[in-house]
Amino acid sequence: MALLNLHLKVWRQTGTQPGHFQDIEAPEIPDHASFLEMMDIVNERLIRAGQDPVAFDHDCREGICGMCSMTINGMAHGPERGTTTCQLHMRKFRTGDTIWVEPFRARAFPVVKDLMVDRSAFDRIMKAGGYVSVRTGAAPEANEIPIGKDVADAAMDAAACIGCGACVASCKNASAMLYVSAKVGQLNTLPQGHAEKDRRTLAMVRQMDAEGFGNCTNQYECEAACPKEISVRWIAKLNRDYAVASVKEVVGIGRQQAGDGD
Amino acid sequence: MKLDSKIPSGPMAEKWSRHKQDSKLINPKNKRKYSIIVVGSGLAGAAAAASLSELGYKVKCFCFQDSPRRAHSIAAQGGINAAKNYQNDGDSVHRLFYDTVKGGDFRAREANVHRLAEVSVNIIDQCVAQGVPFAREYGGGLANRSFGGAQVSRTFYARGQTGQQLLLGAYSALSKEIARGGVEMHTRTEMLDLVVADGETKGIITRNLVTGKVEAHAADTVLLCTGGYGNVFFLSTNAMGCNVTATWRAHRRGATFANPCYTQIHPTCIPVSGDYQSKLTLMSESLRNDGRVWVPKKAEDCGKPASQIPEADRDYFLERKYPSFGNLAPRDISSRAAKECCDDGRGVGPGGRGVYLDFSEAINEFGEKVIKERYGNLFDMYERITGESAYKQPMRIYPAVHYTMGGLWVDYNLMSNLSGLHVLGEANFSDHGANRLGASALMQGLADGYFVIPTTVANYLVTQKPGAVTTAHPAFKQALEDANGRINQLLGVKGKRTVDSFHRELGLLVWDKCGMGRSRAGLEEALRRIPEIRAEFWENVLVPGSGSLANPELEKAGRVADFMEFAELLCRDALDREESCGGHFREEHQFPDGEAKRDDENFCYVSAYEYSGDLSKPILHKEPLTFEEVHLTVRSYK
Repeated sequence: MALLNLHLKVWRQTGTQPGHFQDIEAPEIPDHASFLEMMDIVNERLIRAGQDPVAFDHDCREGICGMCSMTINGMAHGPERGTTTCQLHMRKFRTGDTIWVEPFRARAFPVVKDLMVDRSAFDRIMKAGGYVSVRTGAAPEANEIPIGKDVADAAMDAAACIGCGACVASCKNASAMLYVSAKVGQLNTLPQGHAEKDRRTLAMVRQMDAEGFGNCTNQYECEAACPKEISVRWIAKLNRDYAVASVKEVVGIGRQQAGDGD
Repeated sequence: MKLDSKIPSGPMAEKWSRHKQDSKLINPKNKRKYSIIVVGSGLAGAAAAASLSELGYKVKCFCFQDSPRRAHSIAAQGGINAAKNYQNDGDSVHRLFYDTVKGGDFRAREANVHRLAEVSVNIIDQCVAQGVPFAREYGGGLANRSFGGAQVSRTFYARGQTGQQLLLGAYSALSKEIARGGVEMHTRTEMLDLVVADGETKGIITRNLVTGKVEAHAADTVLLCTGGYGNVFFLSTNAMGCNVTATWRAHRRGATFANPCYTQIHPTCIPVSGDYQSKLTLMSESLRNDGRVWVPKKAEDCGKPASQIPEADRDYFLERKYPSFGNLAPRDISSRAAKECCDDGRGVGPGGRGVYLDFSEAINEFGEKVIKERYGNLFDMYERITGESAYKQPMRIYPAVHYTMGGLWVDYNLMSNLSGLHVLGEANFSDHGANRLGASALMQGLADGYFVIPTTVANYLVTQKPGAVTTAHPAFKQALEDANGRINQLLGVKGKRTVDSFHRELGLLVWDKCGMGRSRAGLEEALRRIPEIRAEFWENVLVPGSGSLANPELEKAGRVADFMEFAELLCRDALDREESCGGHFREEHQFPDGEAKRDDENFCYVSAYEYSGDLSKPILHKEPLTFEEVHLTVRSYK
């Protein structure tokens, strides 16, 4: 195992106060360590030196919970494709490297502290329509509605999103289209989600706009940064679903007319 | 104290239906008057919060992560069992029930397990209706695979991310109820204490992890859905934030803690590579379908590259010891066999704590392409972590702590001995006995949350006047003072050692003395050392910063302080249980061939510990286990 000597430039910020980069020397980092374990080592040293450790979000450390969120050398989750920060290992760096470590930056993701950001906007988008309105106990027999393997597989491709926000952080517009399209796409693809398709599409897109995420201008940085490699084709589907739902809304198709049929 | 399990009378297969019939009802108008606190947003918590809100109760749900979707249920890979019998291979509710009781080495409560098997089929229906994209066959029906400990294919799965998809399903149901106003969600909020007012559980104390604010929340009942305590070992496959605080604080307020010594060690994890390591990563058990496990026969070969060790000098120890199950022997047995080889000086890799999982034969037989299709994502993950390609050289694996079967004691209604405290999912002790079968954890979490608690919670609530206790009650004032006092105490030590260094020291000790193999001498030593480490912690821990802002070190310190106390109970239970069963292996109690020796005559009971005020002197209560349906036998996999 080799040891690396690194220079870190780490973003430090408390709440809404202005932040700054702090230079932190990180000598003798084992190249087998993960990026977050490198941060653990740095923090241990800061604490022992009587300094404030760097706050960052993390939990499962196996690339599935979506909690870790750092922009490393300008790239969300760092340079490794299809990899979260927690799964990025130090052997991808060389001794002597300078590494810039920043939070996921977006207006809709305000900084909480240092590298921690507030991604609750994603929860509010989910709340706007990221579900099938079925009560517990009111479900039909699971095999009653056959779903083709290709359809189920496609829905699973979209459902693999871990909600980390790398798509937003990597986008120059801070657009959340990849995140929104993945959830809308999963549910709109499956027969179970059809009844609420239009309603869901409009509500989630509108909530996304209200949260201050930018527009998609087809840069595809999101797909490149996505640790689960979600395809931008879901954005195309979302655009189609949104267009259809908007037209239907304008002309009043599917809208319940008060008193009709009574 | 008498532990009344409240098992309904009648034949096993009718107990749950009868209990549903006999359970109390609360009319819709009155349900709105009752409030329920749910701590945790994993499978059990999110499912319970959503389902109870649908019924009309006012729910407050809490999680320490930044979103309910991040709970550690998300990391489960393999699948979820259900007795659907879609394969026509002879599965049934009774068979799932039987497999689970046997897999638990006859230390689970039969009636609870039967109920679990019954509702398993409803879970799949529910998840499909939510839009969970389970794997399907070309005809459009749901696909199944087989899993350890069963001879039928009853496991439903969504690629290698079943836990993620089930949790996202529950999270979507929870989001729907948050939108409707039925659930008030509190993220980045950690429970610090339980509030018991005049003998009834009426609330919790929390700390907002962003502002540092310590607050009291009152409700008519509290549900703990806070997962297991695997992180007492420091290194485990659990997420970094997983902790025992909620259940331990409840224990200190009067809830009995059951079977803490039942911990599950998963055989196929990536070995420890250095002392900087923060967690261990599981490699799915499915790899053992095509990989062969071996170590060198001679200790002096351990330093050589695997390719330079000739076939004749390799010991395929699982195939040798368990010829009929071979590399697919159950988790507890495979883990112990790997440990024995390493104890024998024949382990491979750094520190000699590893065994090979070799795919070369499978690659030769089927080709690299086929192996890539089957396990590509796992091989990629292995390479990301270790920098080694398992296509070119064998994987190195070693067992790691994965799940904890023990937890707070609950009755058939999922209520603890502490009135008004309900405990769901991994946090309770009830369904897996001494060993959990693969694909059963997801089943239990969702069963408790979607289908059990919505029925049983009313049995408690009808005895309570809604809103009778508010945060104005002196018990809340006292609990707030206690919580603030602890925070100030942690910040006030200002010692020299970091929280992690203490956690690591405790974890290594517990892993060494109370891990895969346990002996009287080792456990007694652990019981001597733990209070010493704990005492040093409170004299020498260094927690930087203040309590009034986001302070991840302070959060860790509180959790580690509770692990320091809990570890002693864990070792005490392991010492007290003079038998080997499931994940609990006492070296003194084995057959001459090294197999676990259960003692049904003397230990066929649940050990439930009451907090006495002295951490070293818990009071043991026993709930005898009686078996009506399943005959006690020796588990054999030879």
